[in-house]
Amino acid sequence: MPETPELIAETIVQEFSEFGDDWTLKYEFLMEQAIHLEPFPDTYRLDAFLIPGCQSQVWLAVERTENRYHFFADSDALITKGMIALLLRVVQDQTAAAISATSFDYITKIGFHNQLSPTRANGLRSMIQRIKQTVV
Amino acid sequence: MASINDIRAAFPYFSQGPGATGYVYLDNAATTQKPFAVLEAMNQFYIHSCANIHRGVHRLSQSASIAFEDARGTTAQYFGVNNPQQIIFTSGATESINLLAQGLAKSHLKPGDSIMLSVLEHHANFLPWQEWAHAHQGTLKTLPLTSDFEIHWPELESHFKSGIALLSITAVSNTLGIRLPLEQIINMAKRYGVPVCIDAAQLAAHQYMNLDTLQPDFLVCSAHKLYGPTGTGILYLAPSWLNSLPISKTGGGAISKVSWEKTEYVDGALRYEAGTPNIAGVLGFAAALKKLQQWDLATCEKHEQQCLNYLEQQLIQIPEIIVYAQGKPKIGSLSFNVKGHHAFDVGSFLDRYQIAVRTGHHCTQPLMTHLNVSGTIRVSVGIYTSQDDINAFINALKKTLVHLLKYHA
Ligand SMILES: Cc1ncc(COP(=O)(O)O)c(C=O)c1O
Repeated sequence: MPETPELIAETIVQEFSEFGDDWTLKYEFLMEQAIHLEPFPDTYRLDAFLIPGCQSQVWLAVERTENRYHFFADSDALITKGMIALLLRVVQDQTAAAISATSFDYITKIGFHNQLSPTRANGLRSMIQRIKQTVV
Repeated sequence: MASINDIRAAFPYFSQGPGATGYVYLDNAATTQKPFAVLEAMNQFYIHSCANIHRGVHRLSQSASIAFEDARGTTAQYFGVNNPQQIIFTSGATESINLLAQGLAKSHLKPGDSIMLSVLEHHANFLPWQEWAHAHQGTLKTLPLTSDFEIHWPELESHFKSGIALLSITAVSNTLGIRLPLEQIINMAKRYGVPVCIDAAQLAAHQYMNLDTLQPDFLVCSAHKLYGPTGTGILYLAPSWLNSLPISKTGGGAISKVSWEKTEYVDGALRYEAGTPNIAGVLGFAAALKKLQQWDLATCEKHEQQCLNYLEQQLIQIPEIIVYAQGKPKIGSLSFNVKGHHAFDVGSFLDRYQIAVRTGHHCTQPLMTHLNVSGTIRVSVGIYTSQDDINAFINALKKTLVHLLKYHA
């Protein structure tokens, strides 16, 4: 059983606070997250799993076991993949109720609020929407 | 002739905007920064002579109308056009091409016709024609280019012989910066009676053009890529098309007489300018063109060329870099990629290192398919770009590579 989304989000904020204002460390940390993301199963590498509206290609797939959801994601851009990895850490293997109630405010707290603007090419908003949609 | 420092001093970007804190703007192919003169011209209009044009007897309307027609004259002169009526003001290159496509669809283009475009086209010069082709069983043909982006002349000639209703091509690729040999293409097209439309959205910002000599049938460009305001552009019509190209936008201002049964339209540019135009935008555009003439665009072009050449020289020394159309002369823009890394990652790091470049497909997806890439990183220079800017970019890129090369994509 994973920790609650709130606790995981707090941990992430904690991790980022160590970098202070050094954006190079933040970006490198993002890329680390990307490298350690669970491999994306080739069976899901289909257009149906692509999220539209991203400058890079982003795939998101989900498997349900009992009442918990397990996500797989990938992107051809490392920074984008790192961002998804950060999103997935919080919702991975949670219940539909927990995922629906998850707040992604921690993205702002770790200094990536500009990534959330509607026009931002990495489509972070679309990813959050897709995650929430898959569990309703 | 003006020095780079004089030119930079004329742009508030460098003294009051992001440039003041060292942010380096290398996305000029998307849009350019604006000089004080442009902002002043627009302000002057709104403060001192704000009125609608070609409408009223009062003095404000009259002075605004005179200023607007003066701007048409300035624009015509800038493009080497003797008759200002051949310059139609639009909201930009995109609107110009759409107006043209809809106008031609009413008379010149017949169902089943073929239109030829190049693989370099911006979507603005692709989608209006594709729409037409889908609706009228038309065919889109591609301008025959070799793998080195040279024209395959015999093949082009045989296309012309077999019948092309229109050739619509970009003068300069907004992605690769390479230029098509317009003069020779237009000459050959004229021999076979094929009308030619030139998308000068990129070229016009870097090179003087003389349309009375070049003699295209149509030409489009946007003011905002020429240091003018957004929301303004032109559609140039050759004398034989002026008044004979059917209008595709109608309304106030374009008419000489309206009754329930029938409407007569005025002759000349106004015929195509229904509705209140972007008056302030047009005045700002004329102010930009005057500045470019004062600075002498031909001198600026040489300097831009040096910056681009220097950039390419620097880039090809970095083993991880692929430069597209390497070694070919470029105007304004250069595209590259970092082997094994996504353009988005490179652009994100560059932004953090205070450099603005464009990443992605640059609205040229057919070209991306042709190059077999999902996107590129594009550096595009302007008249104020300095060698220091290029050095700052190269330094930022080298730092970016240190980060990225730790991770394989
Ligand atoms: C070659 C080319 N054509 C057309 C356009 C469209 O210009 P606008 O968006 O100003 O209408 C652009 C703009 O990027 C361009 O580069």
